[in-house]
Amino acid sequence: MSNTDKNEILNKMQERVNLIFKNSDCSAILDKALTMKQDDIIKSVTDSGLRGRGGAGFPTGLKWKGAAAASGNIKYIICNADEGEPGTFKDRRILEEEADKVITGMAICAYAVGVSEGYIYLRGEYNFMKDKLQGECDKWNDKFKSKKLNFTVNVRSGAGAYVCGEETALIESMEGRRGEPRNKPPFPVGAGYMNEPTVVNNVETLAYVATIIDKGADYFKSIGTKDSMGGKVFSVSGDCAVKGIYELPLGMTMQEFVDLFGDGDTKAVQVGGASGTCVPRKNFATTVIGFEGVPTGGSMMLFNSKRSMFNALRNYLEFFEEESCGQCTPCRVGCQQLLKGIEAIRSGERPVSYIEELRKLAVTMSVASKCGLGQSVASPFNSITEHFREEICY
Amino acid sequence: MTPNKAFSEAINKHGVSRDSLLPVLQYVISKEQWLKEETMEEVAKAFGMSAAEVYGVATFYSFLDTEPRGRYVIRVCRTISCDMAGKKEIIESLKNELRVKTGETTPDGMFTLLETNCMGWCHKGPAMLVNDDVFTELTPDKAVAVIQEYREKSKQ
Repeated sequence: MSNTDKNEILNKMQERVNLIFKNSDCSAILDKALTMKQDDIIKSVTDSGLRGRGGAGFPTGLKWKGAAAASGNIKYIICNADEGEPGTFKDRRILEEEADKVITGMAICAYAVGVSEGYIYLRGEYNFMKDKLQGECDKWNDKFKSKKLNFTVNVRSGAGAYVCGEETALIESMEGRRGEPRNKPPFPVGAGYMNEPTVVNNVETLAYVATIIDKGADYFKSIGTKDSMGGKVFSVSGDCAVKGIYELPLGMTMQEFVDLFGDGDTKAVQVGGASGTCVPRKNFATTVIGFEGVPTGGSMMLFNSKRSMFNALRNYLEFFEEESCGQCTPCRVGCQQLLKGIEAIRSGERPVSYIEELRKLAVTMSVASKCGLGQSVASPFNSITEHFREEICY
Repeated sequence: MTPNKAFSEAINKHGVSRDSLLPVLQYVISKEQWLKEETMEEVAKAFGMSAAEVYGVATFYSFLDTEPRGRYVIRVCRTISCDMAGKKEIIESLKNELRVKTGETTPDGMFTLLETNCMGWCHKGPAMLVNDDVFTELTPDKAVAVIQEYREKSKQ
C-alpha cells in the first residue's frame, strides 16, 4: 500500500467515527440532557453499550445506575485523568482540546446520578495544563449556576504514582493518603471518596457520554462491533510510519492496524500498555482489537524486527517493580522476582527451564494480587515469554 | 523555629483537613522543590498527624521529593517508547553538560537529573520534564540548549 492510500484509508476511518475531536456545542448538549428524565439518560448511556475507556471496560451505564441507587449524604464524580499506562497519551490531547466535552460528561452524570461535587484527578506529569483546565472548570461552574444545576467541578493534582490510576488508590490519594488500593467490595459507587457514593470514569469515557447525549445511543452503537461499540481513541507509538493520536472504530484486526501504522517490518504489537498483551506477527490476522479480542485502553506500541523483546519486557518489569505500591506480597515480591529471574536466565545464572517457574509465578500474581497492577503483570510477561521465548532466554 | 513561609502560604490556601495534605505538600514543592524534615514536622503538627505518617505519604509519590533537589528538576522519560527513540543519548548529553550522575544535583543547587516513568509523550520521544515544563522530540543538542535556557532564566 502506498502512503497516499494509507492516509486515505486512515482519514476515512477517522471520519467515520469523528466524535471526540469534532467541534460541538457542549452548552447545548448539557441543555438537552437537562430536559431529559434522569432515568432516560442512564438508559441511553446503557443502551449505547459504552464501556470504560481506561482499559478495564466496565459498562458505564451500569456504574451510573449503581451510583444513582446508592444512598449517601453527598455523591461525587471523579474524572480519572491519571493517565499513566506506558504508551498511553490520548487523555492528554482530549483534555487539552476537548475539556468542554469531558466537563459536560461529568455534568450529565451529576444530573443523572444526583452528584453535586466533581473532581478531575490530573496526573502530576500533566501539571503544565492544570491552570488552563481549572480555568475551564471555573467557566463551567458559572454556567452550572446559571442553568441551576447544583454541581461544581475542580482539578486535583496527582504526584507521580502509576497505581493511582486504580480507582480506589486514586480515592485514597485524594483523601491525603498513600495511594494504596482498597479491598473491593465495597465498590466506589457505594462507598468511595469520603466513604460516599462515587463514580470514577476515564476522561475519554466522559467525553463519549457527551457525544452519546448529543447524537443518540443508536448512532454510537452503529460504530464498532457487537461487543465493542463506538469509537476508541488510540495512542500509537514505537516503530511506526505514522504515530500519534487517532480515533478509530473498535473491532479492526491487528493486521489492518499494522498495515496502516507499521513501518513494514512490525514483529509485535504491545496492546494496552505495559500491563497489556503482546501480539506477535503470526497472530495479527486473527486478533481483533476490542473487548472480544484484545481489549485496550488505547495504547498500541509497535516493535519492528530490530528490537529486542527482552529489552521491552525488562523495561516493563522495571516499571512495575517501581510502581508496585508494595502493599500486597504477590505484587511487591513478584515484580522483583520476575525481573531478577529473566536477568538471571540471560546471564546463565539460572537454567532456561526457570522461565516456566517464572510464568507460574506470574499466574499466581494474577490470582493473588490485590489490585489490577499485580493482577495484570502476567499479561505482558506470559505473552512475551510465550511468543518470544528465544529472545528472552538466550 | 521560624515557620516555613511556603508552608504558611499553603495552609492559608488549602486549609488543614486531611484531604488537603497532598495540595499542601505540592504547594511547598512548587516553591522549594523538596520537603525538608522540619517542614514535614510542621505539616504533621498543623494536620494533627505523626511526622512519620506525613513522611509515609510523601515518600509514596515520586513528585514529592524528600531529598534535596535543585531549583530545576529534570526528569527524563525512561519508558520503552522514549528508550527506543534515543533516551540513553539524552541522558549522556545531560550528564556531560551538568557533570552529575543520574539522581544527583549540581553543586550550585541549580539542576537535579532524574529519570521518570512514562510521561505521556510516547509519540514524540525522547521527552523530559523540567519542573512542570515539557520538552519533546529531544536530540542531545536540543537537551543541552534547554539547560542553557534555564541557566539564562535563573540569572534574570
